[in-house]
Amino acid sequence: MPDLLQIKHIRKTFPGVIALDDVSLSIAPGEIHTLLGENGAGKSTLMNVLTGLYRPDRGEIRFDDDPVQFDSPRDSLAMGIGMVHQHFMLVPAHSVFENILLALDKVPNFYSRKQFKQLVQNVLDEFELDLDLDTPVWKLSIGAQQWIELIKLLVRDCRLLILDEPTAVLTPQESARLFLVLTRLRDQGKSILFISHKMREVMEISNRVTVLKKGRSLTTLRRGEYDEKLLASLMIGEDQIPEWEKSTNNGEQLVLEIKDLSVRNDRGLADLDNFNMKLYRGQILGIAGVAGNGQKALAEVLTGLREASGGKILAGDRDITNSTAKSSYIAGIAHIPEDRKSIGIAPDMTVDENLIMKSFTSSAFRRWIFQDRAAIRSNAAEKIDQFAIKAGPAGTPVRYLSGGNIQKVIIARELSEKPTVLVALYPTRGLDIGSAEYVHKVVVDGAEEGMSTILISEDLDELLKLSDQIVVMFRGRLVGCVDPRQTSREAIGLLMSGEVQT
Amino acid sequence: MKLVAEKREISSRLFRFSAPIISILVALFVAGFLLLAAGVNPLQAYLEILQESLGSSYGLSETLVKTTPLIFASLGVSVAFRMQIWNIGAEGQIYMGACGASWVALFSGIENHVLMITAMFLVAFLFGGLWAGVAGLLRARWKVNEVIVTLLMNYIAILGVDYLIYGPWKDPKGFNFPLTAQFSDAARLTEYFDTRLHSGFFLALFCALILYLFMERTVWGYEIKVIGSNPKAARYAGMRTGLAIFAVLFLSGAIAGIAGFSEVAGLQHRLQHGISPGYGYTAIIIAWLAKRSALGVVIVSFLMGVLLVGGDSLQLSWQLPVAFVYAFQGLILFFLLASDFFIQNRLRLIREEHHA
Repeated sequence: MPDLLQIKHIRKTFPGVIALDDVSLSIAPGEIHTLLGENGAGKSTLMNVLTGLYRPDRGEIRFDDDPVQFDSPRDSLAMGIGMVHQHFMLVPAHSVFENILLALDKVPNFYSRKQFKQLVQNVLDEFELDLDLDTPVWKLSIGAQQWIELIKLLVRDCRLLILDEPTAVLTPQESARLFLVLTRLRDQGKSILFISHKMREVMEISNRVTVLKKGRSLTTLRRGEYDEKLLASLMIGEDQIPEWEKSTNNGEQLVLEIKDLSVRNDRGLADLDNFNMKLYRGQILGIAGVAGNGQKALAEVLTGLREASGGKILAGDRDITNSTAKSSYIAGIAHIPEDRKSIGIAPDMTVDENLIMKSFTSSAFRRWIFQDRAAIRSNAAEKIDQFAIKAGPAGTPVRYLSGGNIQKVIIARELSEKPTVLVALYPTRGLDIGSAEYVHKVVVDGAEEGMSTILISEDLDELLKLSDQIVVMFRGRLVGCVDPRQTSREAIGLLMSGEVQT
Repeated sequence: MKLVAEKREISSRLFRFSAPIISILVALFVAGFLLLAAGVNPLQAYLEILQESLGSSYGLSETLVKTTPLIFASLGVSVAFRMQIWNIGAEGQIYMGACGASWVALFSGIENHVLMITAMFLVAFLFGGLWAGVAGLLRARWKVNEVIVTLLMNYIAILGVDYLIYGPWKDPKGFNFPLTAQFSDAARLTEYFDTRLHSGFFLALFCALILYLFMERTVWGYEIKVIGSNPKAARYAGMRTGLAIFAVLFLSGAIAGIAGFSEVAGLQHRLQHGISPGYGYTAIIIAWLAKRSALGVVIVSFLMGVLLVGGDSLQLSWQLPVAFVYAFQGLILFFLLASDFFIQNRLRLIREEHHA
């Protein structure tokens, strides 16, 4: 049977970033095809191309062997491509039935409520789903809401279903149920594109797996051609580990201790769940984990952006859990290209102004209530020189700088405070090799002077190269603590997938 | 072919500064059609606006009289805008300021001029500030949208003042008009050159200077800018954003409140119905046109003063409704917002690749 959907050599760039670079894959009718890749590998961008939100710069999409072009989600829906997004597109105040009705087109102005209800009920019965059509959506659990999204696509009779990490919000039992339904849909001839980075699910359900890495489709493997180990190493990459050049330091003096730390998100779920960790003077502690397993919450709670809902952060014997003193003790650098503004900079303000953001009240930069402009300027000149920042003419807003230079501005500012602890969240993501090397050097040099670093990264090479110790996070918990020189990347990969615990 | 908008990496400096002027010119052009429809020669009308508002010492003094409350209100609004806090309630804050100043003038019994004026000023400052502070508190504590709160509180303030002047504060000797008794001489600002120009105007200029220094030179101004640019970064740098939101809305309302003080103490000498004919709303346009800079506010307020005085004379000589002035103001804001789009985006024609 010919493939339902073919994607050929798709390329999509954003200003300064190549999100997709030559991605090809195809999906046959009656197939569950899994797209596997780390966060930032380009999965979401590819989905947005398929659902018509983005238009690719280059490449071809063929549906039913005809070239197609999607200008909006409406186009792809009309073709029969439907997607269950990670963030549900539901109207909370409306009932289940009304939400499903919204997904249908060609509903007559005076429709027969009974007739349409029957239509929806038929779908529910077919898959033995227990949902009350008259309940308002906001009353339902997250898992049930996801069912509605799926039913929306089924009543439309979509031929290709795209599910973006659907199990992320489900309990194991709910996931099992979902898989049952998906398998049945496949047997009916539907095509399913399943996005995940959970090994076990991928193993269980896929007919074929395509691995995406750094915007490229690495390879497509059939069932039987892969095992967990192979997929993990493909996903994480097999680049050579550079020569070990750093002395190991697991010092004596405890500088930071995290005890049973919990952080809840808006939904009330735990982003951090009884997390425990110890950091010693001069130590570089690597934190590995698939993105979305609590690393960001950890960085945010350490740098004071979020409050802990339980547990303690201790500096020596001082409790600094929710104290403002934290900002002078702990510094942070983060680089998240798609979210450049997030914590590091005030984008509309100048480089000079951004460089003093954490020390603007210090007497060095002010005279009484007025800012000392000369001092601020000379501080900036010094930092720009010292860190080789390409800052443009004086007075340039920082958002016009390149990613690497913005990162240098943040590093210069954070290190000027002489922090005891540095939290580095994805510090080199999206940076060119030169800038990334520079960041590594800063961290290693800092460690030699006694600064401790918590290095949160998805890049195992980076972690193995720099860390004195690596801990692995999964679902907000610490699932493993390993010595980087005695542990294989595969072992860390398995820990990251939550399959094993040490 | 298809027209698409792309984000500009860097917006041209020249374009940024010329945009307000261009949008005023385009607004003048479009408003010309309104005038034509009303049977008025636009060029003649625009000439008359200039002549009436700037051509005589009386006209100029009237223009400055109108400019005064606009400067105060716009300064207030722009302080909040700097922090991306949208205070739409300057109108109500003007009324509260006027109400506070009148309360002191009518009932305090102070006879010393300096003392009286100082007390009126301070109470107006406090009333305006607290009025906006309510929105600040709601926003900082419970994330209630300040646009809605400040806007709706305008009606409360305006109708509250109406209640006072139709009721308990009504002048018993006022032939039942909705106004309070005249203030004593102690409660009046100095007037100059036999015109209605009063010291409030110079206070407004002084206020603009202070605010310029505050925003551009002080540690607090810096903090406000950081919070406005990226609240998350501000919080990360250890700034207390909630407190800052309240403080900035308080300050914003307080400065708008001074406009109310200056109107009753300098011009009306009593509290009466319609003490502000929409200065608080015009202030929003001014703050936007002026790009939130204090110097810009002074210049644009003066331009708006010209328009208001000139518009008044158009009403007299051509029987144009006052709505024309508001329509014109609306057009300016409309084109200004449109020009912001062009500053941030570039339009490009792209060729559509057609598939079979």
